[in-house]
Amino acid sequence: MSTEVKEREPLFSAKNMKLIKTPINLTNPITVQVLGICSALAVTAKLMPAIVMSVSVLVVMAASNVVVSLLRNGIPPRIRIIVQLVVIATMVILVDQVLKAFVYDVSKQLSVFVGLIITNCIIMGRLEAFAMANKPWPAFLDGIGNALGYGIILIIIAFFRELLGSGTLFDIQVIPQGLYDFGYVNNGLMILPPMALITVGVIIWVQRYYTRELIEDN
Amino acid sequence: MYTNGYIFRYAAIMVIIAAAVLSTAAVLLKPFQEKNMAIEKMGGILASAQIEGVETENTIELFNKYVIEELVVDQDGNVVESFKDGAKENGKAFKINMKTELYKKKKGDNFELPIYLIEKDGVRTYVFPLRGAGLWGPVWGNMALAKDLNTVKGVTFDHKGETPGLGAEITTKSFTSQFEGKTIFDESGNFKSITVKKGGVKTMATKDQIHGVDAISGGTITSDAVSEMIVNVFEGYLPYIEKEGEK
Repeated sequence: MSTEVKEREPLFSAKNMKLIKTPINLTNPITVQVLGICSALAVTAKLMPAIVMSVSVLVVMAASNVVVSLLRNGIPPRIRIIVQLVVIATMVILVDQVLKAFVYDVSKQLSVFVGLIITNCIIMGRLEAFAMANKPWPAFLDGIGNALGYGIILIIIAFFRELLGSGTLFDIQVIPQGLYDFGYVNNGLMILPPMALITVGVIIWVQRYYTRELIEDN
Repeated sequence: MYTNGYIFRYAAIMVIIAAAVLSTAAVLLKPFQEKNMAIEKMGGILASAQIEGVETENTIELFNKYVIEELVVDQDGNVVESFKDGAKENGKAFKINMKTELYKKKKGDNFELPIYLIEKDGVRTYVFPLRGAGLWGPVWGNMALAKDLNTVKGVTFDHKGETPGLGAEITTKSFTSQFEGKTIFDESGNFKSITVKKGGVKTMATKDQIHGVDAISGGTITSDAVSEMIVNVFEGYLPYIEKEGEK
C-alpha cells in the first residue's frame, strides 16, 4: 500500500468510462476474445432467456469482481484460483436461488445454464486479469463493461433467432399472418444452436468491417 | 510471505462465510420457491386432465375449482383419506412425496399414493401422479384417466435434467398428445400399461397398438424410463382401480 497522498480520481473519469466502453466493442468477450460461446449458443433461441441470462451474468460478474478486488491484498497467491471459484460459485448459486423464487418459468428454461455461469471463462478471466490487480470501483466497472459486451451480443443473436425462427419477439407474434398466407415460413434452422454460431460469425464480420482497429496487419 | 497456517485459516474462514451466506439465502427464499413448485405441480395435474386456460396467476384458483376430491390410497387399494373441503394444496394427497412412497413400494413396505378427482362440466377424470428415474435424474408427470379408468385422457411429463432436444422432448405436446385415447387395459381386463415403443407403434402387433406410443429418436433411455415409470407406478394404483372399477 502506498502512503503517497493522491488526488481522488472522479468516479466517472475518462479512464474509468473506458473500462466500460472497451469490452463492448474493442475487446468484446464473445466476438473478439471468443469466450462464453457455449451459453451464447444455448440460451439465445428466444429473447427472454437471453436477457435474463445477460442480467444474471452482469450481476455475478460485477459482484464477484468487487469481492475479489476487496480481498485482493489478502488472497494467498497459491490458492487464488480456488478463492475466485468460491466467490463466483457463491454468487451463481445466489442468482439461481433468486431466479427460482421470482421468475420460476425463466429459470426452468435456463435450467443448467445458470449453474454453468460458474464455468463461464469470461468471469474467471476478468477476476484473474483485472480484479486481482485493481481497486473495487474500477473492477466493478470492468465487470459491468464485460457483462454488457457479452449481453449485447446475446441479445442481438436472440433477436434474429427468435424473429426468423419463430416469427415472434418476446413470444408476441410480429410477423403478420398475411406474410404466412403468402407462403412465408419460419426458418426452423434458426432455432437450432448451429445457426447461433453462424449469427455470431455474421456479427463478427460486421463488427470487423466497421472497426478498423480489429483488423490484423497482414 | 503467506504461511501454510495463514492459507488454511484463510480458506476455512472463506468457506464458512460462503456457507453462511448461502444457507441464509436458501432459508429466506424457500417459501417463494415452494409456492412456485406447488403451482407447477397443480398446473401439471390440470393440464393432464385437459383443462385449458391455466396460467401461473390463476392456477391455484382453477385447481380449487376443478379438483373436487383428493384421495390417498394404500397398497391394497383402500382409500385412506379423502379430502374435499378447504384449500386443496393443504390436502394430505398434495403433500405426499412420491419418491419416498415408491421407495417403500420397492422395499415391499406399505405405501400411500395420491389420486386427484377432477370434475369439469359433469365429466369425471382421475389424475394419477407418476414418478420414476430418467437418464440423468428423476422424471415425473401425471396421467389422467377417463371415467372408465381405462382410457387415457391426457398426460404431462416433466424432468430434472434430461438431454435437451432428445430425452427432454417428453414434455412436448407432440409427445404427450400421442397418449390421448390409448388404453391401459386390454379387452379381457389385463393390465397392459402404455409402452413407449422404440421404432414406433407400427412395429407393434395390431391389437397392442392401442397400448403404445412412438418413442423419441435419440432419447431411448428416457423413453424406456417413461414406460417403466408408468408400469411401476400403476402397479401401486391397480388395487384401487380394480376396486373402483367394480363399483
